Amino acid sequence: MAVNVTYDSLNVGDAMPEWSRETDFMNWNRYAAVNDEFVYIHMDDEAGKAALNEQGAFGMGNLRYTYMLNALRDWLGDEARIMECGLRYRARNQKRDVLTVTGTITDKTLEDGMQLVHLEMNVVNQDGDSTSPGHAVVALD
Amino acid sequence: MTANEEVPTLVTPDMEARRGVWGDERVSPPVEASDIRKWAIASYWPEKPPRLFWDAEYAAGTKYGSIVAPQDFNPFAWPIERSPRVEGGSRAPGQRGMNGGQVERYGVPMRVGDVITSRTRLKGWTERTTSLGPTLFTETEIEWRNQRGEHVKTRISTGIRY
Repeated sequence: MAVNVTYDSLNVGDAMPEWSRETDFMNWNRYAAVNDEFVYIHMDDEAGKAALNEQGAFGMGNLRYTYMLNALRDWLGDEARIMECGLRYRARNQKRDVLTVTGTITDKTLEDGMQLVHLEMNVVNQDGDSTSPGHAVVALD
Repeated sequence: MTANEEVPTLVTPDMEARRGVWGDERVSPPVEASDIRKWAIASYWPEKPPRLFWDAEYAAGTKYGSIVAPQDFNPFAWPIERSPRVEGGSRAPGQRGMNGGQVERYGVPMRVGDVITSRTRLKGWTERTTSLGPTLFTETEIEWRNQRGEHVKTRISTGIRY
């Protein structure tokens, strides 16, 4: 049974462990295959350039969202419940970017018998640029 | 622009008519264990995904009692019937678009055999002038329930048109 952290062990201001992936067509094509997300801008450099991305094809926003959820699970254990997660897309995921999910605890609350931990999150690239600021709420039973 | 000039709007009569109105429901095929396993492998690539998503014996010992799907799993992928997709989109002002982001709230997990029903509505919009010019931010609400009527997920997607 995988429970990696407890509510009492966490404090406001704590950072969650960083979670990273170097991304290129190996990640994007696998994700496209399961999500049926075959869009030329994610598959073809010419289409990416036509969409005003000089570097060509670029990664899916949905995959970055998935990475946020993965980071939360790997940190908390798979029995913690992710109640809410959201993000805004600020920059594109270029080929061979190293994306790192970061998060900091902003609040701890007790609601309806649940121990909730609130986080400010982001996905940053290898240059430290914010690509997807966001947030999450997780329940630790 | 002077105070007397009319501000251009990207809001259409069709949007006004659809605001807050739930559209037709879609029903997914039953969730398959193999679909969950492949989803987990792809989204964790190149690392091994958590056992909860592919190891039935392990999952039986968790509070879930069986394999569950990751929250981001899409049971509606690979439909037989699909709408034609316009590749590349339009470059015309007011017709250009991008994905602004999303917020998802989760209920019960999806399990093998679940059949998910989805409904969608245009929740609302805001309009303002940005560095892109007149820009429309639309919020689309998508709600998923399982075959028992239990809430699985609500997603608010932000679309940007400029």
